[in-house]
Amino acid sequence: MKGRASLSVALAALAAMHLAAIGASFLSPYDPTEQNRSLPYAPPTRLHLVDGEGRFHFRPVVYRMSRRGPEGSYEEDRRQSYRMLFLVRDLDAAGAPAGRIHLFGVEEPARVFLLGTDGFGRDQLSRLLHGARISLFAGLLATVLSLGVGWLLGTLAGYYGRWLDSILMRSAELFLALPWLYLLFAVRAVLPLRVSPGQAFMLLVLVIGLVDWARPARLFRGVVLSARERSYVLAARGFGASDLYLIRRHIAPQTFGLLLTQAALFAPQYVLAEVTLSFLGLGVSEPAPSWGNMLATLQQYHVLASYWWMWAPGLALLAVSLAYYALSEALECRRGPTFA
Amino acid sequence: MTRLARRAAHGLLLLLAVSSLSFVLVELAPGDYFAEMRLDPRVSESTVRALRARYGLDRPLPERYLSWLASLARGEMGYSFAYAQPVGRLLWPRVLNTLLLTVTATALAWLIAVPLGVWWATLRRGPADAALAGLTAVLLALPHLLLALGLLLLAVRTGWLPAGGMVSLGHERMTWSARMADVAVHLVLPVTALLLGMVPVLLRYVRAAVAGVLDAPFMRAARAHGVPERRLLLWHALPAAANPVISLFGLSLAGLLSTSLLVEIVVSWPGLGPLFLEAILARDFYLVLGPVLASTVLLVGGNLLADALLLAVDPRIRSERA
Repeated sequence: MKGRASLSVALAALAAMHLAAIGASFLSPYDPTEQNRSLPYAPPTRLHLVDGEGRFHFRPVVYRMSRRGPEGSYEEDRRQSYRMLFLVRDLDAAGAPAGRIHLFGVEEPARVFLLGTDGFGRDQLSRLLHGARISLFAGLLATVLSLGVGWLLGTLAGYYGRWLDSILMRSAELFLALPWLYLLFAVRAVLPLRVSPGQAFMLLVLVIGLVDWARPARLFRGVVLSARERSYVLAARGFGASDLYLIRRHIAPQTFGLLLTQAALFAPQYVLAEVTLSFLGLGVSEPAPSWGNMLATLQQYHVLASYWWMWAPGLALLAVSLAYYALSEALECRRGPTFA
Repeated sequence: MTRLARRAAHGLLLLLAVSSLSFVLVELAPGDYFAEMRLDPRVSESTVRALRARYGLDRPLPERYLSWLASLARGEMGYSFAYAQPVGRLLWPRVLNTLLLTVTATALAWLIAVPLGVWWATLRRGPADAALAGLTAVLLALPHLLLALGLLLLAVRTGWLPAGGMVSLGHERMTWSARMADVAVHLVLPVTALLLGMVPVLLRYVRAAVAGVLDAPFMRAARAHGVPERRLLLWHALPAAANPVISLFGLSLAGLLSTSLLVEIVVSWPGLGPLFLEAILARDFYLVLGPVLASTVLLVGGNLLADALLLAVDPRIRSERA
């Protein structure tokens, strides 16, 4: 019963995060690349229900931020308050409403930064949400790719055996001869460094997904190897069932449970792989946001130590890891300890 | 012994295959160190061509492969364009630094995880058991990147530890013992990051392995003979549980090297990690091959070591061979 509850909680959390990533442009108040050069490293904007004159507002108000001198700390300008707006449209150059609808915003010229801003004065929340698109979906797509290729090659190797098996398993050994991050780096090294964000996304999905096919392939080969010798499979073969039918009807269903648990195990690793590569400047590059290149600013010690809101992508990453971990534990629980 | 020799030969073959494949892959890659140079308007086309000719980049692939193999045999492993030095000379101190880090972390991880894991296996359901289970679960899910960054934050904020690097300023002028202490202090941060990643995995394995043999017939017999509980655990249960745990050592080696690569870069430990990243960003291809080969050697060597240990510890494997 406990396993089932944690399974639904983990699934709900993951679904919520992925939905937030899909709806990033609606949920985020600003464009992720829009800069406010006068507001670098501004702390999260505070929402007030009671304004400077002691009046109560049903909808929260905010104040504009300003600071004395280029190095001073930020202060709220309490003279003028600005109301929060909900379901606002972007304004075009003439000031007329046009373009996308955002869940919330604030009266011009004030700005609302719920998670503060980065060094270019860009809204951290908008970047976090748009970055989730890249980081979460790169991980998810790479998982589909890696498990797809691994499943296919593992099943073929396990089912047909002989020379096909030897070739596939020898090449799997080659891919496993390097520690995985070294392999990832090595493959990334031979691909072009400077690519557009869209290309970088595809590149990362392909590299992360294809480099790691050997681990799942070995697992599935083992399962298929034992499934092939089950008596009902042998019986079906005796009745003249074709290879395709046997794989589809009798062998593949035995691998699906493993497929699910492995997906829950691999996905966070691949999300982390994207984040790591972008963190090191080998992935999605500025100005497009990814959790990796957002975290990269933490490599400067003054940012690391002074601006806690720059850790937001790290916390999001932690939440994703924990949710996937809970999911894989719950799936493992459901499958029971039969798999050795 | 034949088993070990066979594994060693297999590892050597693997290494050869990896080296040739990675060489070809790197050679086929678009762009090189000098292509980056061409972006600089001050460098003329003919200069680039002359430089490429000087380093032999204009010769056909098989010829370059042979000369690379020859330099591999001499221990030079090709030539780094960015450093203007043979790769071997750059690589060697880096490998030693990575080894210093990973070996220290591994030794400490085992020292912590084995006694703690044995103790954990003897616990009944209770607060200590739940606490250990919860703690290892959180640590297992924690990304290493965040772990390293968090430790770095701790070092920067508190000033208790040096934030990155391997030596302080003026390291050369210190006495021998002061130098050792200096490096040891710098080791704390990266080793802690690696430990927090390794110990939970090991701990869970040791616990599961020991718990698996606690109720074995030979344990019950020994207990009935009045063997004290502590001796029972350390002399009877632990050796019987050693096999899966040592196998894990071999299996976790790849993960350890990967984590170490990342941690080294984050805390700027001068191991293979920062060199690898620099080489990739500069498209210094012979230098890229260095860490690739070094990590393969470390992995193959570590697996051989695990095999040898297994052979030494588990009599069941020795008799299997006969």
